[in-house]
Amino acid sequence: MSKNIINFITTLILAYLLSLFMPWWSVMTAAFTTALFFPLKKSAVFFIPFLAILLFWFILSYIMSSGNDFTLAKRIAVLLPLGGNPYVLMLVTGIVGGLAAGIASVFGKQLSLVLKK
Amino acid sequence: MKYFKLILSLVLTIGIFFALNTKFGSIPPIGKFLNPYSGVWQNETDESISGDISLPELIDKVTVHYDAQLIPHVFAQNETDLYRAQGYLTAKHRLWQMEFQTYAAAGRLSEIIGEGALNYDRQERRRGMMYGAEQALLKMEEDEQTTTYIKAYSEGVNSYINQLKEENLPVEYKLLDYKPEEWTPKKTALLLMYMTKMLAGGDEDIENTNALRLFGKERFDLLFPDFFDITDPIIPKETDWSFIDVPQTPNPNSEPILDSIAETIDKPDPNYGSNNWAVSPQKSSTGNAILANDPHLGLNLPSIWFVMQLSTPNHNAFGATLPGALAVISGFNQHIAWGETNATRDVIDWYKIEFNEDGTKYKFDDTWKDVTYRIEEIKIKGKETYKDSIRFTHHGPVVFDKNFKSDNEKTGYAMKWIGHIGGNNQKTFLDLNKGKNYNDYVEAISNYTAPAQNFVFASTEGDIALWIQGKLPNKWEGQGKFIMDGSKSENDWQSFIPQKFNAHTKNPERGFVSSANQHPVDEAYPYFVFNDGYETYRNRVINDFFNSKDKFGIQDFKDLHNNNYNLKASELMPYMLKTMDISNLTAEEKELYDIAKAWQYNNDMNEIGPSIWRAWYGILYNMVWDEFDVEDTAIDAPFTYQTIYLLKTKGDDAFMDIIDTPEKETAKDLFKLSFSEAVVKLNDFKAKNGSLEWVNYKATYVGHLLQALPAFSRFDVPIGGGRNIVNATSENWGPSWRMIVEMTSPPTALGIYPGGQSGNPGSKYYDNFIDDWAAGKYHSLNFLQNDTATDAIIGTQTLTPSK
Repeated sequence: MSKNIINFITTLILAYLLSLFMPWWSVMTAAFTTALFFPLKKSAVFFIPFLAILLFWFILSYIMSSGNDFTLAKRIAVLLPLGGNPYVLMLVTGIVGGLAAGIASVFGKQLSLVLKK
Repeated sequence: MKYFKLILSLVLTIGIFFALNTKFGSIPPIGKFLNPYSGVWQNETDESISGDISLPELIDKVTVHYDAQLIPHVFAQNETDLYRAQGYLTAKHRLWQMEFQTYAAAGRLSEIIGEGALNYDRQERRRGMMYGAEQALLKMEEDEQTTTYIKAYSEGVNSYINQLKEENLPVEYKLLDYKPEEWTPKKTALLLMYMTKMLAGGDEDIENTNALRLFGKERFDLLFPDFFDITDPIIPKETDWSFIDVPQTPNPNSEPILDSIAETIDKPDPNYGSNNWAVSPQKSSTGNAILANDPHLGLNLPSIWFVMQLSTPNHNAFGATLPGALAVISGFNQHIAWGETNATRDVIDWYKIEFNEDGTKYKFDDTWKDVTYRIEEIKIKGKETYKDSIRFTHHGPVVFDKNFKSDNEKTGYAMKWIGHIGGNNQKTFLDLNKGKNYNDYVEAISNYTAPAQNFVFASTEGDIALWIQGKLPNKWEGQGKFIMDGSKSENDWQSFIPQKFNAHTKNPERGFVSSANQHPVDEAYPYFVFNDGYETYRNRVINDFFNSKDKFGIQDFKDLHNNNYNLKASELMPYMLKTMDISNLTAEEKELYDIAKAWQYNNDMNEIGPSIWRAWYGILYNMVWDEFDVEDTAIDAPFTYQTIYLLKTKGDDAFMDIIDTPEKETAKDLFKLSFSEAVVKLNDFKAKNGSLEWVNYKATYVGHLLQALPAFSRFDVPIGGGRNIVNATSENWGPSWRMIVEMTSPPTALGIYPGGQSGNPGSKYYDNFIDDWAAGKYHSLNFLQNDTATDAIIGTQTLTPSK
């Protein structure tokens, strides 16, 4: 398995586990921790956890709102404003989580470099 | 380099955390707000309506059946449990709203919104909202039962708040980034003050004073008569008042103070009003008395009303409750039905206060009295607390002084308001819910102080009645129309009208009772009552309707609720169309003129006539009263009825002249000038918005309590009606609850309101009544006679005492 896939899966699992008892920034903790143990190279440092969390939050929010006919998602997508499209709101949700995770991962990677020596 | 990158990435990490966890202006903390674990996605849910919930301090089990409208039918074994359950359930469905309204009432919005709300908060503190709530609470605490129930209600709300997890906070808390605080009996008192402000918080004393100063007494009396030339009062004219043996306060003939003030505090929308009526068994086609009520308030989401059935083995009440207050406010039980409209009596007066050198004393007769100070601490989100020091006189708070909307060091204006006197108005509703007959009803309302209401009543025994109830000052002739000299004791309120002499009627000969915010009585009533904004149209349509035939049934009641007849337009527009010079109409003008001429004066959705009337009369009104457009002066133009009366009978009065033009205009000229302007305005609207149909021009909306946030509001509701029409639906106020109760045994009832039972914008029950309401439909209210679930019940929840 490539390091990218290992990092991707570990970020996902850790993000899920930490979310059980931590607030939203558990995704940052997950990506940071994963980066410490499975450091990636170049832009993958940012993009792998970014994609992992984007996917994770997108799917989670889809599951939550599809059971309720996207009633609130449609409204929040007017509030923010995203043209009332619930899928755009899911994407934005994913990007927000992904961004936080990606940046935390970069920090994790830098720390791992410092600690190695 | 390595360290530089480390520090840079750390800074970025902290930066992104901060950026996503902080509220910026009106943008919510986006990470907190959107994440799927605790953000808004968690609010994508309907409410749970099954299972067991353990509630601390419950004495016995409480069964809650929900029907398909999400109306909870509550069966408790005793009243303490009942009101505990009411608190819990109301919080469960409406927590954010009930709390937000009490923040608004108390003048605490700055705590949530920030500095932008400071002026509003200061105004509410100076109006004495907090003070009034404290006085009311003291009165409520004098009654042991009220105290017990109100405490149980508070604890019920708190039980809900305490079991609430962060992810389940109502969406508005997440949006504004704050958390609910503990509920207290004072918050219930504040909610009742909020209603008092909404319904008895208006007056025109300062505006009238300015009009009197500018135009003189003779002109003032022409513009603002105590009674119009036509009166169709709530209490029938033929009522015999000879039983009243306490006279009106003698007139001390004191002179009004002709003072000016540039700007007054906000007043409630004068269009808030309501209808209620009842027919006797003799006048009912079914042989049972029938009662109806439709309070006209702001159309909001979540709705001001929450419908519940509240029962114990000893009583069984059903109807509209106010989130934050106990018991049913407009509803029925097995024996009686009741409903309210606003009595609109003048219960606010203003006194000019003369201070001593350092402003610590004020003049009163031959002495100087000490002011008392009340320091109002207004907390502001993200800022230091603002302290406003308010001086109190024996009249009430000095609202306007050098610190607020005035710059005079030595004078101020104190407000005398029934809202400051306190009263146990909660008890009235607790008792009405248990009432069995006319005597119980009279007993229940007898201690009610404010806001004065027209309480309509009907019973299964066949009685109908209407009492105008409130604590009403016995004023001398003319007292309180203008600012009074606060240094003279003769200007104080000398006494109150004894409660038993409040105007009322029981089983009148005409076979019906009704009220629509009109004059309570005609001039034969022995106490001073003057027109301070009474309605003059809905009442006549309603009374004409009930005088039009012998028997009335449920369908007639529905028809009347949905009656769109525009009596106001019908009293002026034909005259305008006939009198106006039409020799030079343009093609566009001719087109709208013809439509106006063909209109039958119904404000139905697809008519264009009502749009023409609205635009035309609005412009005409401003043209007539251009004399009232005075800079830096608080002043109100005359009421609609008198405006129309003058246009038709005194068309060449000097007021008709437009002062900015060299010509001398008459009413006839104004008709044409305003018509031409209206046509331009209407055609502009048409070019922009497509159609001049009334539904489009009026554009009724039901707005979310947070300044009608579009995401949580409903726009372009398809409904006709309008102001001064029985179906009083205007832009954003109207029949906020429509109820019809037939006094069968047990009563059979219909009810609907423009909203939904859930306060959660993510619930399908959030706004699901609006379409049926707009279409003039009603829902049958499932009045369960015991705690056995019927077919109508879709879920049952049991509240059990914690072990």
